[in-house]
Amino acid sequence: MNHLLSIEQLSREEIEAILDRAESFAEVGRRDIKKVPTLRGRTVVSLFYESSTRTSSSFDLAAKRLSADLVSVKAAGSSVEKGESLKDTVATLSAYDPAAIVIRHPYAGAALMVAGWTAASVVNAGDGKHEHPSQALLDVYTLRRRLGSLEGLRIWIVGDVLHSRVARSNLIAFAKMGAKVTVCGPPTLIPRGIEALGCEVSYTLDGVEEADVVYALRMQKERMSESFVPSLREYASSFQIDTRRLNPRQLLMHPGPVNRGVELSGEAIDSPQSLIAEQVAAGLVVRMAILYELLAGGDASSPSAEGESSRPTPIGTSA
Amino acid sequence: MSAQGEMPTRSLREQLDVRPGDDAHLVLRRATVLDPAAGIDAIHDVVVREGKIVSLASPGEADTEGAEVVEAEGLHAFPAFFDPHVHLRTPGHEHKEDVETGTRAAAAGGYCGILAMANTEPPVSTAADVSALREQARAGASVPVGFLATVTKEMAGKELTEMVELREAGALGFSDDGLPITDAGVMRRALQYQHLCGGNIALHEEDPRLSMGGAMHEGPVSAVLGIGGIPSVSESTMVARDAAIAAHESARIHVQHLSAAESVEIVRAAKAAGVQISAEASPHHLCLTDEEVRSLDPHRFKMNPPIRETRDRQALIEGLRDGSVECIATDHAPHQPEEKDVPFEQAAFGVTGLETAFAALHTELVLPGVIDLGLLVERMGGGAEPFDLPRPTLAPGAEANVVLCDLEAEWTVGEDGYESRSANSWCAGRTLTGRVLMTVAAGQVAYRLRSFSLGVAA
Repeated sequence: MNHLLSIEQLSREEIEAILDRAESFAEVGRRDIKKVPTLRGRTVVSLFYESSTRTSSSFDLAAKRLSADLVSVKAAGSSVEKGESLKDTVATLSAYDPAAIVIRHPYAGAALMVAGWTAASVVNAGDGKHEHPSQALLDVYTLRRRLGSLEGLRIWIVGDVLHSRVARSNLIAFAKMGAKVTVCGPPTLIPRGIEALGCEVSYTLDGVEEADVVYALRMQKERMSESFVPSLREYASSFQIDTRRLNPRQLLMHPGPVNRGVELSGEAIDSPQSLIAEQVAAGLVVRMAILYELLAGGDASSPSAEGESSRPTPIGTSA
Repeated sequence: MSAQGEMPTRSLREQLDVRPGDDAHLVLRRATVLDPAAGIDAIHDVVVREGKIVSLASPGEADTEGAEVVEAEGLHAFPAFFDPHVHLRTPGHEHKEDVETGTRAAAAGGYCGILAMANTEPPVSTAADVSALREQARAGASVPVGFLATVTKEMAGKELTEMVELREAGALGFSDDGLPITDAGVMRRALQYQHLCGGNIALHEEDPRLSMGGAMHEGPVSAVLGIGGIPSVSESTMVARDAAIAAHESARIHVQHLSAAESVEIVRAAKAAGVQISAEASPHHLCLTDEEVRSLDPHRFKMNPPIRETRDRQALIEGLRDGSVECIATDHAPHQPEEKDVPFEQAAFGVTGLETAFAALHTELVLPGVIDLGLLVERMGGGAEPFDLPRPTLAPGAEANVVLCDLEAEWTVGEDGYESRSANSWCAGRTLTGRVLMTVAAGQVAYRLRSFSLGVAA
């Protein structure tokens, strides 16, 4: 694996290899010294064209925990504001000979294009409304830790599917891991033809009681002005996940940031069924595993080659 | 066929603008001559004298005195093609194309005439704009060019241009192509005014409120890619609206680059009801579907209207067969790499097509047996008549507009570069079967494939 551009590109085995690796980093995270030398002397560039808290901070920390040198570039305050093209920016940053470029961009296919312009491994940290593979991997990881397996699980993804890269990547990832997925939301926010990804579509929450997991998506306020929904109030009354709609057997997930009182009630967020905090914690180890798989995974000897004492116990050698 | 022709319409050279050159004296010996519209399908010596087809002689028997002889045994001679939809990009975007490079590309594709769109910068909206372009064409066009003017001032969709004066200056017709005329009232006034100024009105049919800034066809593929979709109804509702207004005003419209099955059906029904409506389809819509967009390659697969689903492609092909779609138009839309080397949604719409149209359609539709060669040749010349121009023909007496093709030659698009200034060909990298060897346009030799002309010399 040279790049992580989409969940679509990954096989179930590749997904499992990354998650196994993440488990080993979770063990490292419980030590006093949480740093491993795997990527010492190598450079990771994180290039964010959109605002992000979770994804950018966890990729940055993941690179540091792996001892890489990190260059973090945000579009605001960079030459992007002076009109530099993506291609030229990538060429400039590639001059530092980075081992990996982690990119978030507002348009679909940006990571794929970057992969054609640089010798570095490219990690898609979100491209437009297309894919967000590291989010899907951390969500699968979170569920796997809690439930052991996703095989046969019923998962409902609820909300603004149309504008959500998380919905697309997760739908694909959940299905690859053997879950049965239903997407649910107002008809204006469900893309025409999404069934092609192998999911069911529901325009109401009727039947959500069958779900083992309810995955709520962020509902952006802008969507009202574009007439996708008449009001947040009406959206909430039809689609908000609260503790009455959630039965005690079901798990609740959300990619964050949450609009409290819109897609989720405050009570539901803070309930013991909520996995939201675990998702955030999973973000770090899964992103460490992604960088590891891309930059060191092909070389089974690489952790020990460093000859350091604080390396992770190698678990599950990956291809 | 009468030798001293009843050629009712004037020649392309008289009606369009081209750089003056030497009249061709040629004999294409033993060519397989196919001109379905004129009922010609046999092996002949095609004799061109003083830029006119003087006869189709028995093979090997033409008098070659004073003429260049081209050994054309095994090669095909067709009436050269006519493209009613080309973006020459001048004035304003000469870094993408200009009259000289665009007409060279046309000649290389076997075209003897093209119509240039008016969505330049500034748009072609005044008589002076038209006159200046015509002068450029007389100075540097390899094949005859006709210029359309915009329907509305500055293409703003609000006020009509001075359509009478534009026609007097030589505008072949009108189009706001690139943008739809969204205001039905303005559309109606233009069609009423057509009874005074004449000239067909070519329409880019799209409801921007339904396109909503989309970048590809709306369907399962756009759902997967998370790219905003341009639904089929964005086009078909506007085709239906304008067919109805044209019927109401007894006016004439030409629908550009049909892409959706629903639109073809509306054009078919309008024709059956007697509406004066003509329609074109583009090679990329006839050959490709939105599955290609999975590559997220904007160089080859981002255009407006977008390539759609298999059913749409099939409907366009059916339209070609039954005449609902009378012509093939490339919508040749050159762009420079910096406008395409960006993520799909940010990239400019449009692909080039002049140099590959015939070869691509021959490869994708004729060779697999989807349509026959005669139909392709017929539709490649169908773009002239909707604009009151003579259909190119090989009938004796006609102005010589001939394309000579080797239907067995294979070539890889782009490997020798392009005549066009831009390289955003939807066929880039494809291997096509069928190659234009020589083009005679308005009686002048406009193009020879270099390796072919060397072969002749040897």
